[in-house]
Amino acid sequence: MADLFASRHIGTDSVAQLEMLSAVGYDTVEELVLAAVPESIQVEPLQNSTIPDAATEREALAELRELASRNTVRTSMIGLGYYDTITPAVIKRNVLENPSWYTAYTPYQPEISQGRLEALINFQTMVSDLTGMTTANASMLDEGTAVVEGMLLARRASKSPSNVFLVDADALPQTKALLANRAQAVGIELHETPYDLDPDDVPDLDVFGAFIQYPGASGRVWDPSKVISAVKAQGGLAVVAADLLALTLLKSPGELGADVAVGTSQRFGVPMGFGGPHAGFMAVRAGLERQLPGRLVGVSQDAAGHPAYRLSLQAREQHIRREKATSNICTAQVLLAVMASMYAVYHGPQGLRQIANEVNSDAQGFADLVEKMGLELVSDSYFDTVGVRVPGNAVKVRERFQAADILVRSEGDDVVYFAFDEAGHDPWGRTPSVLAETLGAALGVAVPKEEKAESSSIPSGLSRTSEYLTHPVFNTHRSETAMMRYLKYLADKDYALDRGMIPLGSCTMKLNAATEMESVTWPEFGSIHPFAPEGDVEGYLELIEQLQTWLAEVTGYDSVSLQPNAGSQGELAGLLAIRGYHHSRGDVNRSTCLIPSSAHGTNAASAVLAGMKVVVVATNELGNVDLDDLRAKIAEHADDLAALMITYPSTHGVYEHEVRDITDAVHAAGGQVYVDGANLNALLGYARFGDFGGDVSHLNLHKTFCIPHGGGGPGVGPVAAKAHLAPFLPGHPMAQRDTIAHRGDAELPWHRNIVSAAPYGSPSILPISWAYVRMMGADGLKAATGAAVLAANYVAARLRDYYPVLYAGDNGLVAHECILDLRPLTAATGVTVDDVAKRLIDYGFHAPTMSFPVAGTLMVEPTESEDLPEIDRFIDAMIAIKAEADAVAAGRWPADDNPLVHAPHTAQAVIVGEWEHAYSREEAVYPIRALIRTKYWPPVRRIDQAYGDRNLVCACPPIEAFAE
Amino acid sequence: MADKTTLKYTAEHEWVLVDGTTATVGITAYAAEKLGDVVFVDLPDVGATVAEGKVVGEIESTKSVGELFAPVNGTVLEANDAVVASPELVNTDPFGEGWLIKVEFESLPELMSFDEYSKLVGE
Repeated sequence: MADLFASRHIGTDSVAQLEMLSAVGYDTVEELVLAAVPESIQVEPLQNSTIPDAATEREALAELRELASRNTVRTSMIGLGYYDTITPAVIKRNVLENPSWYTAYTPYQPEISQGRLEALINFQTMVSDLTGMTTANASMLDEGTAVVEGMLLARRASKSPSNVFLVDADALPQTKALLANRAQAVGIELHETPYDLDPDDVPDLDVFGAFIQYPGASGRVWDPSKVISAVKAQGGLAVVAADLLALTLLKSPGELGADVAVGTSQRFGVPMGFGGPHAGFMAVRAGLERQLPGRLVGVSQDAAGHPAYRLSLQAREQHIRREKATSNICTAQVLLAVMASMYAVYHGPQGLRQIANEVNSDAQGFADLVEKMGLELVSDSYFDTVGVRVPGNAVKVRERFQAADILVRSEGDDVVYFAFDEAGHDPWGRTPSVLAETLGAALGVAVPKEEKAESSSIPSGLSRTSEYLTHPVFNTHRSETAMMRYLKYLADKDYALDRGMIPLGSCTMKLNAATEMESVTWPEFGSIHPFAPEGDVEGYLELIEQLQTWLAEVTGYDSVSLQPNAGSQGELAGLLAIRGYHHSRGDVNRSTCLIPSSAHGTNAASAVLAGMKVVVVATNELGNVDLDDLRAKIAEHADDLAALMITYPSTHGVYEHEVRDITDAVHAAGGQVYVDGANLNALLGYARFGDFGGDVSHLNLHKTFCIPHGGGGPGVGPVAAKAHLAPFLPGHPMAQRDTIAHRGDAELPWHRNIVSAAPYGSPSILPISWAYVRMMGADGLKAATGAAVLAANYVAARLRDYYPVLYAGDNGLVAHECILDLRPLTAATGVTVDDVAKRLIDYGFHAPTMSFPVAGTLMVEPTESEDLPEIDRFIDAMIAIKAEADAVAAGRWPADDNPLVHAPHTAQAVIVGEWEHAYSREEAVYPIRALIRTKYWPPVRRIDQAYGDRNLVCACPPIEAFAE
Repeated sequence: MADKTTLKYTAEHEWVLVDGTTATVGITAYAAEKLGDVVFVDLPDVGATVAEGKVVGEIESTKSVGELFAPVNGTVLEANDAVVASPELVNTDPFGEGWLIKVEFESLPELMSFDEYSKLVGE
């Protein structure tokens, strides 16, 4: 048993668990969980589970090796938004493979997140410089969804009464499919146009916005400024998707007049990974900042007036504005945005330009040869993609190249596209003449001798003359030593799981095991294009199908799609499935979505994007859904009820006893039940959504199934459903194979239900969750649930005398998290939830979730991965902080000068200058002796949130700002 | 600063100073405190027609968003540009410099007195 992975994943051993159980008052973990989980929803272990018995770490890796060996890595020239790229080894090792970066959480506690906030402001600066826009956000989920967000932004911001959005006929095909699916849900009409306009003959337009792909999917580079000004002249907004590498040579969207620029940063050093994860981006012109979706890093100042980074304008976002938010996006792609930004930091503007020139000159060298062979180009102007007309021979040419291990894209029978990239610029592989030879052989055409190209493939009017990446950060770290140290300097500022516990309620910050992470960087998983032929991705498809089967089994559903790139996208996919189901039955009026007031704000934001209207259901004093109010709301919406969204266990961390009554009531009224799977970590092995009335759910693989949070992404939000909803789950027009079970009627157009740019979302991180399930087995997953529930109840039992535990379910027990009510403390002592959260930093902790779902509280989720000494360390810190607050109330320290109100304390704050506080330096930074050996020093003092929002700066501040 | 005891109030935590047919509107200190540090204020255009009880603007803090409801039917005479430029005025002087809009109204609806409002917020 000793080498079973479960004993490494679960932090508490049987001895520790006995001690914890005695504090909670139970004899065994099983007894405790069965007392907490309502009997009506408990399930027996499956007799014929699809999940194999637990594998050891070595065995799991060997199986992954075998799956990987069934993927074929060929040189990809497919393009369409995905390019092979060279990840600088210093970035791969020090970011992608470094737990200091990948185990961090979203930087909601900015004082202990300055490193990745700086990396993200570098990302924003990189994007806004290259796109020529004023303000960029800190990543989108992918390019396709960023275009959709651009369309929705245009509708919000445009004063035009039109309902029409113009779409570039030369847009990426996956982007077009996404726009179509998302536009129909919210009632936007799309018009596709080839933009083959005579520049002097711009037609009359009546649109709220227009989308332009720059360069086009065909590779074409053209000047869209006339179209942009025509759109703007009649009150619309212009949304331009641009290629960041091309923008080092091309005039920027900002210079062309665009309002919004979007795209992906994948080719800046992030492997293709069969589609993801990669960081998309969005940038806007001045005046549209408040319309931006997603996370935005800004500069503010700390209590000492020093510059400090933080998330800005959070009131735009779904966790505050709910159904009125700018978007439902929350988890983004932070780890990948960090990698892309560091690629720019490492190469600098000259290096990026050189890479772009090499790519362009390869494309041009090839195009010249092609023309000399007597073949016609699709477009004379291009950056990296050369389209060649090969009438009747496109498939033959593609196959000939595939035989030479090169993947090219054919369109119909007559055109083949060759997309050049950084990785292909090598002396032994895919040189222009080698490619021309292969093409000539396929067509039986002789290839002339290579000559240096003289003409330019970029129209002179579109050559970039403006500067970019002039900030010192992009011009300093050229040597690998400097780069390594910059990454270490940033990582050292941050608090991630490699320092200690991150007890964030509803976030499930559990172990991301090294073995689980191991295969993410294997080329057989990394160097695969999302539109590679089916035969090249058999290993991937099998892994995907197995994981889908396992996830369906543990949740009690029939079918699973792994396409959604975050929980928010899973919610949207699930709600769109409900919508599709109702519409297929002629119930086109069913559009009301009931959401309890305690729900996460994302639920409401997603419902709106699925074309539903939100009706809030009250919660009672116990924190549960108010059944009377639910019945009243159902009756009121008997004709138009689409769905109820509930979270189970509830966002209050409680197993709601009446959940079956709730789901029955909704079904009786013809509604569907969406169970938000954010808290699945409290259920695995004990209950299943599908068994207690759920019709559809999303899961968060980055919570329950060990994908690291990456500092705020990547995420994977699979959507799981009963068979009747399977035909409406995500599909993709370019999927190699439909892997989803129970699709039913083959005539249904499920390929249109696209929610992510790539067919299987973010496949390169799926081996993490696969390995977790494979190494835990069904028994291990159940043991993890038990350990997680025990840990939360242990924290509740030990802290109850100091802080009231706000909600509890059957037998006074909580689920996998507990809410500590700080409001009585605040009333008695004036010490706020903020003060306690920041004081925890001085004690060496990341704060629990603050003021969600109840203002003035802390929600603690220890997870199964923490060991007892670490949990006790946290409890002791909370008890010590309570004593400090009492000391304030007792008058020992003034209300405005005590270690809580001034927390956190930097080294500088306690060393430099005279000490003039009512408490000692030791009380400030070493409140308990154990900290002397283990101290984490925050790099900044408490950050002024309001200052940053009132003085919005979202790009790298000048170096002088940091002068003392 | 206006004399709080002579102002009228709404259940949406707004105060109304009536002068002839002009109503000056702001949010109460209680509301400003609940919102926290105000960082952005969105006010209606001058000349806009507003309807009693309808949302006409937004008051955004670092952690939440409050809506501004029109307390009367009428036309916007003035919007406080100083508050748009310095939203913190809503926190520092909610009854004075932090006023939000002036509305020319036709008739005055039933509004709360200072005592009634104090009772509502438990003060």
